[in-house]
Amino acid sequence: MKLTLKVFRFNAETDYLPHYDTIEMEVDPKEVVLDLLNRIKWEHDGSFTYRRSCRHGICGSCAIKVNGRSTLACKERVVDMVDTFGTELILEPVSKKRAVKDMVVDKADFWQKYDKVIPWLVAEIDEHPKMENIIPPREAEKLEDADYCIQCGCCYYACPVVEVNEEYLGPAAFEKAYRFTADVRDHAKKDRLEIVDQLGQGVWDCVKCFECAEACPKHIDPIGKITKLHNQIFEEGVAKSNVATRHAVGFKRSIKKHGILDEGNLVLYSEGFGVFKHIPEALEMFKKGKIVLPWNMPKSKNLDEIKKLVDIASTVKF
Amino acid sequence: MSKLRYALYTGCTARESTPELLKSTLAIAKKLDIELVLLDEASCCGASHLQDFDPFLSLVLNARNICYAEKKDLDMVTICNTCQLNTAMTKHKLDSDPELKAKVNEKLEEVGLVYLGTSSVRHFLYALIEDYGLENLRDRVVKPLSHLNIAPFYGCHNIRPSELHHHFNRTKENPYNPTSLDELIKALEGNSVEYEHKNKCCGFHVDLQAPKTSNILTGNAIVDALDNNADVMVTPCPLCHLNLDVKQKAATKAVNRDLPNPMPILHLPQLIGLALGCTPQELGLQHHVTEVPA
Repeated sequence: MKLTLKVFRFNAETDYLPHYDTIEMEVDPKEVVLDLLNRIKWEHDGSFTYRRSCRHGICGSCAIKVNGRSTLACKERVVDMVDTFGTELILEPVSKKRAVKDMVVDKADFWQKYDKVIPWLVAEIDEHPKMENIIPPREAEKLEDADYCIQCGCCYYACPVVEVNEEYLGPAAFEKAYRFTADVRDHAKKDRLEIVDQLGQGVWDCVKCFECAEACPKHIDPIGKITKLHNQIFEEGVAKSNVATRHAVGFKRSIKKHGILDEGNLVLYSEGFGVFKHIPEALEMFKKGKIVLPWNMPKSKNLDEIKKLVDIASTVKF
Repeated sequence: MSKLRYALYTGCTARESTPELLKSTLAIAKKLDIELVLLDEASCCGASHLQDFDPFLSLVLNARNICYAEKKDLDMVTICNTCQLNTAMTKHKLDSDPELKAKVNEKLEEVGLVYLGTSSVRHFLYALIEDYGLENLRDRVVKPLSHLNIAPFYGCHNIRPSELHHHFNRTKENPYNPTSLDELIKALEGNSVEYEHKNKCCGFHVDLQAPKTSNILTGNAIVDALDNNADVMVTPCPLCHLNLDVKQKAATKAVNRDLPNPMPILHLPQLIGLALGCTPQELGLQHHVTEVPA
């Protein structure tokens, strides 16, 4: 099979802008993307630079983007990439703006944010224990697959919020936070939850795009862990009353009253006095018939059922 | 072809801030002779925010919505990506976990309902493509859209997580290179615009707590479509529509671009309706904040 590879080339020490090399290559469909990287270096240009180590999808070094999709080069079969994108493959680093040389990126911000969630077990453990500090299987199940993260950064560099909000800790750090908040041996659960509860850096700034879930080569589902952190923030009484928490709680309030969501009231309830900044937009919407006035608010049929279910099935208080 | 019938879960937005979505959906269903039975009993899907607060309650409420489609012996269609996500996710959890299903049914029994799992849940877009068929749709076109460059904006919750959507929307839509809307645009004889942001996020879900993030993400998408010569954008999701249409000025300002002309944003059924010869009034084009030129 003949492929056209467009390869991102950049050297932060000498280049002002990156460029792309075009390489035609006869490829065995059984090869993985890492084989292509090797062959570019060995057969075309010895200065081509990329990270690699284990070749078994466990070290997380060789994360790159193929046609915009984050992946581990050693795990991804060429044939699957061709199925998805055709015979022209664009090879780029996981983050172009963090490129140092070719496929190699500077992961400093990734690690700084990772550090912020206290990514280790906080527990008073006897220095000379008589037995291992283990947890029963039922408790271990709560960690789900959160332990499998290899810090490759695929989710982090696929997250659109990381690109526009420098404070935002990102899916990998949240995933790691959950790994310990779900661990019964850990003594820093509340500290961690307070870190991820902060507006700006925390889970409330997640746009719920599922890019992280799609990008994770270990299928860990980081956004699933983000949702669990949201839940724990309420369960553990860490949640403070702010626009984000009231927004989540407002749905229950509104559903109990109307069945369907009262959009206007939700904004009012979430924002409090901050609602004033929405007035110009609300007026424009009103002119176009996009705002239902409170006395015209539709209600779901059989609303009594919904009210009853909200009463008997609620599991969380705020 | 026997007459297609579905239970339509409208979601809240189509009954409030995007009335044009419900109007245009019903208008094209009439033109295509598809029967849509409104699920007036349904409640809000929780929009992923109730799920952050009270996940069990959200399962019970979404299961109740599906119960009403089951009672009518119809498959459910949705017209909002986020409704599709939350309803499909509920169905996936209940159908794959008998213990959880029993717990949810214990609550539903208190109001005389039972969740069986017999109705499928699909976005109307995929029902049109699979059940009605693009060939049949092409045959019904009376006003081809060949004069328009149309940028499809897919919206996250119809394409990611891909495994869930492949199963429920019964498609192989690739989240990194989706094509269903492009193919539909071609069936209407329009020119579909290829641009990087077609499968990216609009940021709607953080509109309140992080408006800057939301505006930049929406602004990036509009500007990218414009730079690739789009005359109009189309989306199957009313939440994306709210950001792209209502917040267009703030969004383009957030990415430091003055648009020469505003970018009209159409709901999917509005675009189809134009090609089928519906009038602008029937499609509710007067409800847009960003004007749609005649």
